[in-house]
Amino acid sequence: MYFDFEKPIQELDEQLEKAKETHDKGKIDMMDMINSLVKKIDETKKEIYGNLSGWQRVQISRHQDRPYALDYINAMAPDFIEIHGDRNVKDDKAMIGGFGSIDGQAFMFIGQQKGRNTKERQYRNFGMPNPEGYRKALRLMKLAEKFNRPIVTLIDTPGASPGLEAEERGQGEAIAKNLMEMAVLKVPIICIVIGEGASGGALGIGVGDKVLMMENTWYSVISPESCSSILWRTWDYKEKAADALKLTANDMLKNGLIDGIISEPLGGAHTDIEKAVSSVKKEIKKQYKLLKDKTVDDLINERIEKFSNMGVVNEDVAEH
Amino acid sequence: MSWFKRVSEGITTKTKEKKATPDGLWDKCPRCKTITPHKELIESKFVCPTCDYHYKIGSKEYFEVLFDDNKFKELDANLTSGDPLGFVDTKSYKSRIDESIKKSGLKDACRTAVGKSNGRKIVIACMDFGFIGGSMGSVVGEKISRAIDYARENRHPMIIISKSGGARMMEAAFSLMQMAKTSAKLALLDKEKIPYISVLTDPTTGGITASFAMLGDFNIAEPEALIGFAGPRVIKETIGKDLPKGFQSSEFLLEHGFVDLIVHRINLKEKISKLLSMVWDD
Repeated sequence: MYFDFEKPIQELDEQLEKAKETHDKGKIDMMDMINSLVKKIDETKKEIYGNLSGWQRVQISRHQDRPYALDYINAMAPDFIEIHGDRNVKDDKAMIGGFGSIDGQAFMFIGQQKGRNTKERQYRNFGMPNPEGYRKALRLMKLAEKFNRPIVTLIDTPGASPGLEAEERGQGEAIAKNLMEMAVLKVPIICIVIGEGASGGALGIGVGDKVLMMENTWYSVISPESCSSILWRTWDYKEKAADALKLTANDMLKNGLIDGIISEPLGGAHTDIEKAVSSVKKEIKKQYKLLKDKTVDDLINERIEKFSNMGVVNEDVAEH
Repeated sequence: MSWFKRVSEGITTKTKEKKATPDGLWDKCPRCKTITPHKELIESKFVCPTCDYHYKIGSKEYFEVLFDDNKFKELDANLTSGDPLGFVDTKSYKSRIDESIKKSGLKDACRTAVGKSNGRKIVIACMDFGFIGGSMGSVVGEKISRAIDYARENRHPMIIISKSGGARMMEAAFSLMQMAKTSAKLALLDKEKIPYISVLTDPTTGGITASFAMLGDFNIAEPEALIGFAGPRVIKETIGKDLPKGFQSSEFLLEHGFVDLIVHRINLKEKISKLLSMVWDD
């Protein structure tokens, strides 16, 4: 599957395919042609992926072959044991979690989970958790705190689920509670946006000591489509909205709203899942090393301090 | 031939009388259309004496309702919005802010103050819906955070009156992070065991519900307010059905266990005072 902006790559790929075919038939030596095409594809990719717009990143973040939370967790921590349920209403399939270890260090992994085909997508509610999902996440975080284990959250959601039952069971309260509790949790928390970071639904597992975004993800208060529909009263301005919202990893880092970016394989995480997993794993180890020796007080104070400093206001002292 | 006669209610005020009514002296109830003299409305705490409709009021009026003799000291009154993203949609964010300041006479969508209520010192943060839909950007988040800090440092109970559509889109992720910031500050207040009362008024939705509005030791709602996370229109579009009557109302939230009590505005000051006297020794 190619995106519109990948058209030049698609054309070159097709040329390469033809050249290889001709070469394999053995009649004409196409090696020079093939080599120059491979080189050209690489250059074109570097140029295209080096200059992606906000909307193009949003598209990559939603690519159907992109690794999801469980893909990362199972690959990084093969001993992962999934834990279910919020001990109250049910087990939310859009929010997964459990213990697993990376090179001998146990972590509590929590993440929103999407599905890959129609059936799976419905089963996972498109990665949109209900209140019980946020409450399950909090239960697991408390468990990690009890046993003094660090937490890794993997954020990938188009938003918290909007619906009758979600409202009846207090979607707002569930997210709010997580924000408050995560601020003062006594263990290190590393949050990574691996796909979509839509609004409160993302932030509900996103208050951490280190908040990172993968290169081709987005994080904002609203999706570009909804932003367009509210401000322009039509979905047609989604590209403009994506630019205006400054939702890319680069913009978020520049604005001091995240702590770092994890680079992806050229073309996006889905083009080389193994490589993407290994980058995420390396980053978790690196960040955990920075956090593990901090005292609980320092950890919490610095976490709250970080979020307290977010925001831009004009303070006219002269008027006072 | 009844359609030749005006049977249903219509314009009943004579043009002559209309002209003679100076602005601001009378208020017309948006629900039952009863006209009440403004002075009388202040006495009834901005609730329609005929149908109990709670007028949509702002910080000026809520301070009047809650602070003794309307005496208070405003906190951080000089904060105004920056434009961190240079946001432009159909018009620029900057011009929206300038217009709103001019139109509303406010600097942003929230005012914070400290003063006495029934003789007890309390800190109130009150949102103003009249300023870009009461939306929360950096200024609202910062003012509420500082007010909570003030309450913690001086050991005063904290009241937040919510009236907002949610986070402010034009500050995008900056707005989103105000949810984390204000909730973190409330966690610190909670640790000091200082009471926090959240007053949810019409409307309280989106990022406000998903942060400080739902985190009160006591969540008090005004009658018949719209309170929810997702907006009714979004839910309706998602499920493709009409919403049940009373969905996301104060009464609905009380029924489902997310607000502790519904309080008529005329009793608000007294009820807050009584609640605090149960849990707080000055």
